[in-house]
Amino acid sequence: MHRISIYIISIIIILQTSLLAYSSDPKNFVNELVNDAISKLSDKNLTKDEKANFIEKIALENVDINALGLYTLGELRKSSSENDISNYQNSFKRYFLKSLTSRLTDYSSSKFEIISAEKKSTSYTIVSSKISPIDGGPEIKIDWRIYTKNPEKPLIRDLIVEGLSLARTQKEEFASILNSNNNDIRILISKLDEFVND
Amino acid sequence: MKLDKNIKIFISVLGIVFFLGQNAQATEECFEKTSRAIFKFNLTLDNYIFEPVAKGYNKLPNPIKTGTSNFTSNLGTLLSIPNNLLQGNLKQLGHSIGSFAINTTVGILGFLNPAERIGLKPHKEDVGQTLGSYGFGPGCYYVLPILGPTTARDSIGLIADTFVDPFAHVTIREHEMFGLSGNSLDYYSFKATDAVDFRADNDQNFESLKKNSIDLYSSMKSIYLQDRENKINNSTKEEDDWGNLDN
Repeated sequence: MHRISIYIISIIIILQTSLLAYSSDPKNFVNELVNDAISKLSDKNLTKDEKANFIEKIALENVDINALGLYTLGELRKSSSENDISNYQNSFKRYFLKSLTSRLTDYSSSKFEIISAEKKSTSYTIVSSKISPIDGGPEIKIDWRIYTKNPEKPLIRDLIVEGLSLARTQKEEFASILNSNNNDIRILISKLDEFVND
Repeated sequence: MKLDKNIKIFISVLGIVFFLGQNAQATEECFEKTSRAIFKFNLTLDNYIFEPVAKGYNKLPNPIKTGTSNFTSNLGTLLSIPNNLLQGNLKQLGHSIGSFAINTTVGILGFLNPAERIGLKPHKEDVGQTLGSYGFGPGCYYVLPILGPTTARDSIGLIADTFVDPFAHVTIREHEMFGLSGNSLDYYSFKATDAVDFRADNDQNFESLKKNSIDLYSSMKSIYLQDRENKINNSTKEEDDWGNLDN
C-alpha cells in the first residue's frame, strides 16, 4: 500500500512538472507561456496571493533572472567581488519578483498573438508578438529576447514593449544610482532591499 | 516683435548648448540637479492637476475618448507632412497627406479615422526627429518645466516645430490659410488636449512605473531617450549589448 502511494505521488509530481514545462521552440515557448499566464491571471476564482505565487513560479523557471541581474549591473559586474555579486544577485532576484508580481496581479484579460520569430544567433531569438486588450484599448507590440544557448530550455532575458527595452531601462536606472554613489554596489543592494521590504 | 527677439535668444542659447554637446553621449546631463528639481516639480503638478484630469478623461465614454484622440492625432499629422518632406520620406508623406485629407473630410474633421481602415498609418514626425535623421546627436539631456524630458536637439526642434507646422501658422501667427484662421488659444488648447489624451492613455503604465522604480527620474530618462531613438530610426531596433553575458 505504501509503495502504491509513493508511485501515485510520483506520477502526480511528474505530470505536474511536465504540465509546467513549455515547448523548447522559442515561438511556441512564448505562446504557451503567455497563454497559460493569461488564463491564470484572468481567472476570477484565484486570489491575489495565488496569482502572485503563480507569477513567481513561472518567472523563476522561465526568466534568466541571474543573467538579467548581471546585465543590469553593467560594467561593475567585472570589477565587483564574488561576494558582492552574490549578494547583489539575491537582492536583485527578490526585487525583480516583487516588481513583476506588482505589475501583473491586477492584469485584465487580453488577446495574445505571436507575429514572428527571428533567430539572431545561436544564443538569441527575438519573438515578436502583439497583445490587444479586450476592452478595445490600443494593441501593444512586445518583442521577447529569448536566450537559446541551451536549445532544450529557452529562457526570457528581456521584453521590448513598443520598442522600449525593460532590461535597458532597468540597467540605466541602476547606472544612475551607482553614478551618484561612487559606483558602490552595496548602496545599490541596500536600495533594492529597501524596495523589497517596503 | 519682442517675442521674436526672445525666441532668437533662446535658440542661440540652445544652439550653444547643442553644439557644445555634439560629442556628448545621449546619457550625459546638462544640469542634473536642476533637472531633478524640475522633475520633482512636474511630478507634483502631475499629482494635483494632470493625473486627476487624465483619470476624469478616462471615465468618459469610449467614443468620446477615441474621437478626441483621433482629432488631435489628425491635427498632429499637419506637422508630420513638412517633416516627411524634409526627411525625403515620400512613402510616409503619402500616408500623412492621404490620412489628413480622408480623415478631415470623410472622417468628419478627424473625429473618425477611416484612413486607417484603408491602410494609411502616418508616423508622427517633428523637427527633432528630422534633425536626428540628418545625423545630429541628441546633445545633453534635461527636463523642462511642464513639458518634461528633452534634449538640446529636441528643444530646438520644439521651437522649430512652430515654424514648420501649418496649424501653428494659422493659430500662433494668425496667418490665414485656405480661408481658415485661428489664434494662440486654439494652438495651446490643442496641445493641452493632446497631452491629456497621452497622459490618460498611459495612466496605468505611469502608475506602475512610479510604484516599481527605485529612481523614477532615471527610468523616465531612459524611456524618453529610447523612444526618441526609435522614432528617429522609424523602427524598434533593439540594442544588442548582451554579447559577453553568455555564461
